[in-house]
Amino acid sequence: MDKVITVEDLTFEYNRGENAEPVKALDGVSFEIDKGSFTAIIGKNGSGKSTLAKNLNGLLIPTSGSVFVEGYDTKDDEAIWEIRQRAGMVFQNPDNQLVSSIVEDDVAFGPENLGVDPAEIRRRVDKALEDVNMGEYKMKAPHLLSGGQKQRIAIAGVVAMRPEIIIFDEPTAMLDPKGRKEIMAIIKELHGEGKTVILITHFMEEAIEADRVIILNAGKILLDGAPEEIFKRVDEIREVNLEVPMMTDLGDRLIAAGIDVPKGIIREEDMVEAICRLKSQN
Amino acid sequence: MIRDITLGQYYPADSPIHRLDPRVKITATLLFIIELFIVDNFIGFAICAAVLGIVIAVSTVPLKFIMRGMKPILFILFFTFALNIFMVKGEVIWELGFLHITKEGIKIAVFMAVRLVLLITGSSMLTLTTKPLNLTDGMERMLSPFAKLGFPAHEIAMMMTIALRFIPTLLEETDKIMKAQQARGADFESGNIIRRAKALIPVLVPLFVSAFRIAQDLAMAMEARCYRGGSGRTRLHEMKLRGRDFAAFLLEAAFLALIILEARYF
Repeated sequence: MDKVITVEDLTFEYNRGENAEPVKALDGVSFEIDKGSFTAIIGKNGSGKSTLAKNLNGLLIPTSGSVFVEGYDTKDDEAIWEIRQRAGMVFQNPDNQLVSSIVEDDVAFGPENLGVDPAEIRRRVDKALEDVNMGEYKMKAPHLLSGGQKQRIAIAGVVAMRPEIIIFDEPTAMLDPKGRKEIMAIIKELHGEGKTVILITHFMEEAIEADRVIILNAGKILLDGAPEEIFKRVDEIREVNLEVPMMTDLGDRLIAAGIDVPKGIIREEDMVEAICRLKSQN
Repeated sequence: MIRDITLGQYYPADSPIHRLDPRVKITATLLFIIELFIVDNFIGFAICAAVLGIVIAVSTVPLKFIMRGMKPILFILFFTFALNIFMVKGEVIWELGFLHITKEGIKIAVFMAVRLVLLITGSSMLTLTTKPLNLTDGMERMLSPFAKLGFPAHEIAMMMTIALRFIPTLLEETDKIMKAQQARGADFESGNIIRRAKALIPVLVPLFVSAFRIAQDLAMAMEARCYRGGSGRTRLHEMKLRGRDFAAFLLEAAFLALIILEARYF
C-alpha cells in the first residue's frame, strides 16, 4: 500500500529562551501512514500529540529526524507549499482559524492562496460547503454561527484546497456534544470518500472510529495498532493515566467479576452481542 | 446582545448605488470632497447639495439613518461655527465685551458649516452603501498599481479584513473577561472617571494577552492554508466594471466639470 506520510526518528524540542534547557516534546517517533487510512493519535495533555500534528505539514520543523509527505521532506523550504496543499489541517479553536467575515470568502481563502482560477474556486467553494452541509450559510457571518457550524466551515476551507491528507488537531475539544457528533460524522464521510485522515484527540469514543490508533506518552509512541488490539492492553493504557473506551472498561470489570466476555471490546454493539451470547449459553 | 452588533454603518439595500463597483464609489467620494473645496459660493453648494440629494434618494437610505451618523460630529460643527462667527474681522453688527459678530463672520461661518455638513454626509454615503469588505477589496485593487513601488496594498487590505472579522470575537472576549472579573467583585460602574479607568486595567491586560494568543493561532491557521502574501493569489470575486459603472464615471466627470465652470464664471 502507498505510504503518504513517513516519519523517521522524529525528535522535536521547544526552546524556552537562552538559559533554559530545551523541552523535548517528541523523542524518536517513527511511523508510516497508509494512503486512505484513518489514524487516531491519542495521548494526554503534554504527550506531544499536537506537536506531532504540526510536524506533519511543516508548521513545525523537526529538531532531528525527518518527516516526508508524499515524498516531500518538510525540511525542504521549496516544498513547503506543496506539502501544506497535500496535508490540510483543521485546528482546535474554530474561532481563531477563520479569516473572513463572510463564510464563502473564508472557504475561498485556501484556493485563492493556491492561485486557483476564479471559476474553479467558485465550484470548489460550493462543493465544499455542500460536503459539510453548510450550503445555505454561504453569505452568513461566522461569528453568528455555533461552534460546530464554525468548525464545519473550517473543514470546508481545508476541503476546498483538495488535499490528499486532512489532519484534525483536536477538532472537537471546544464543542458541545451535538457539535462533536456533527464533526465526527463529517470526518468519517471524508474518510469514506478516500481521504487519508489523521485525528488527534483525547476522546476515546472518537479514537475507536479509526482503523489505527497510536498512543503517545511523554513524546514517545506507547502503543500502535488496530483499536481492537490496542484496547486489549487496558493495564498499560491505565498506567499512563489515560482512560479506555467505556465498553472496554465495562468488559474489564465484567471479567474481573468472573463473567466470561472477550477482552478488548470497544463498541456497544459488540458488547451487547457478547452478553447475549453468554445468556443463550446458560 | 454583544453578538448582534452591526459592523460599520452599512445600510443593507439593493439600490443602483449599492450595486456600483466600490472603486467607482471611492472615486466619486474623493471627487466630491475635492469639489467641495473648489466651490467658493453658495450656488456651487446648492449644486453639490442637489447632486447629493439625488444620490441619497436613489440609494434609498433613509434620511433619519444618515442624520444618526451626524450626531458625533455635531460638536465639531458648532465649534467651527462659533470660531468663525466670533473671530472674523469686518463690519460689526453685534458686540458684547470682547465678543463681536461681524457680517463677514456670519457669512464665513455658515459657509464652513454647509461645507462640513456636505462633506460628512457625502463621505458617509460611501460607507452606508458599501459593505466594509467590498470597500477594503476596492481599495486594495485601486492601490495595487503602487505595490510595485513598495506600497503594501494587499497587506493593508488583509489587515482590515482580519480586523473586521475579529471585532466581534474580541468583543465577546471582553465581555467574558469583564464578567469573570465582576464575579470576583470587580466594580466597573461606580466612582469617578479615574477610578473607572483604573478598574479597566484588569480587563485590558488579559484582553491583550488573549489577542496575542488569537493572533498566533490565526497566523498558524493561515500558513497551514498556504497563505504567503499577495503575489500569485487569485480571488473568488473578480471585480469587473460594468456598463453602469462607466455611466457613473461619466456622470462624475460631468459633475466635476460643472463645478469647475461654476467656480470660474460666477
